Amino acid sequence: MVALLRYAAVILVIGVLWKIASVALGNMILPDPLDAMGAFLSAMGTAGFWKHFAASAWRVVAAMALAWGIAFPLGLLMGSVRRLDAMLAPFVFLTYPIPKIVLLPVFLLILGLGDSSKIAMISLILGYQILVTTRDGVRAIHPKYFDSVRSLGGSRWNLVTEVLVPAALPHGFTSLRLGTGVAVAVLFFVESFATTSGLGYIIMDAWGAMDYIRMFTGILGMSLLGAVLYEAANLLEKRLCRWMFLRKKS
Amino acid sequence: MLRAEALEKRFGAEAVLNNVSFSLGEEETIAVVGPSGCGKTTLLYMLCGLSAPSAGQVLLDGKPVNGPRSDISIILQDYGLLPWKTVLDNVALGLKVQGVGRRKRLQRAEAVLDELGIAAKAGDYPGTLSGGQQQRVAIARAFVTRPRLMLLDEPFSSLDAMTREKMQGIMLNVWSRRRVPSVLVTHSLEEAVTLGRKILVLGGSPATPVACFDNPGFGDPDLKTTDAGFAMLRDIRKTLEERW
Repeated sequence: MVALLRYAAVILVIGVLWKIASVALGNMILPDPLDAMGAFLSAMGTAGFWKHFAASAWRVVAAMALAWGIAFPLGLLMGSVRRLDAMLAPFVFLTYPIPKIVLLPVFLLILGLGDSSKIAMISLILGYQILVTTRDGVRAIHPKYFDSVRSLGGSRWNLVTEVLVPAALPHGFTSLRLGTGVAVAVLFFVESFATTSGLGYIIMDAWGAMDYIRMFTGILGMSLLGAVLYEAANLLEKRLCRWMFLRKKS
Repeated sequence: MLRAEALEKRFGAEAVLNNVSFSLGEEETIAVVGPSGCGKTTLLYMLCGLSAPSAGQVLLDGKPVNGPRSDISIILQDYGLLPWKTVLDNVALGLKVQGVGRRKRLQRAEAVLDELGIAAKAGDYPGTLSGGQQQRVAIARAFVTRPRLMLLDEPFSSLDAMTREKMQGIMLNVWSRRRVPSVLVTHSLEEAVTLGRKILVLGGSPATPVACFDNPGFGDPDLKTTDAGFAMLRDIRKTLEERW
């Protein structure tokens, strides 16, 4: 409820600023927020909008799942196995600053124009963030937790299941939650050409046709998708890392 | 039942402990005291197999301790509770590691929590508990596996004076029922006199045993206020000051 009120307040503030800008720039370039919102709400009642929304959602959710499924375990390994880290860390940190979005044409050539190349591109960019955050998080786990389980006669497997994974989960989820913004931004870019589906396509197609009301339907749709993904990741984190959000009672 | 034989520990070129020998019989407790940083925790880690001695050996019931084992419980300095597990799951962890089935291990954990008067907190997470409550959970976790040997690393050091005395009372109460041979490391001489049947004093650098006091009056929370307790405290303090 509080989250909904917070969102409502933010939408109201943005709406007011948007209205001011719209009046200042003229309705042609920046449509009136009420007109844009009305068009967006009516589009939400059409199957066409949801077809594009579903195409975008599939790409970004699949990419996030793929990125997490590969980067989180790899981060666990790099953070806990020194030899592996010594081998992989130079590669990861040398390639980390490279803007990987420039590899999109390469991905399109290798994986084709379909969803695979788009999913792979988003996964690669998001995966780096999850990998680095998880790896650093694992390295920061206090040795006392490992000692605690070892002192009970715990095996290596016990150390993984009782300490390594649960201690690293918050880092993995935080990077996933913060990565939703990046994922949606990359989604827009990869959907802006060589496709006829997705919210990014709507935005660029409407922009080319100078149909700015429809362009804002795509923009608002993408904002909705980003907010839903953020809240989903947030909810997942709060469910699976409940202990992180509790405070001392006394 | 426990013998430490000529234990040495070096970290690189630096020797921390040298020629530490002592023994512990059935139903006995020994308190190890010494200045901060003298290697008391290192000694405990060697006794439970978490750290290998550079020389010497630890024997439990005549057999060498070569690594951590489930029949030796240790209460770590800041309790060692896993913040992502509930109190009940923390207490049951030792049994889980031993392969005890879920229902049975939770039943045993609940019983020990009940014995320590903290069953109401079973579903809570350690981060929501006070220091004294966390300490009780740590004690429950150490006792639930019915260990052959109990090791305590400055267990009450982070508690305020009143809570510390209360926890010492709880510890004595549990110990008097279970009689598990125990080694307690502490920098509090009063705590050593209250809980230790023997009191081993470490001193020098590298630290070596400089005295071992027999303390037949241990187990009485008021011992430190009696003449015998006061004399014991004075003798230990004097020994420590001489080897500072």
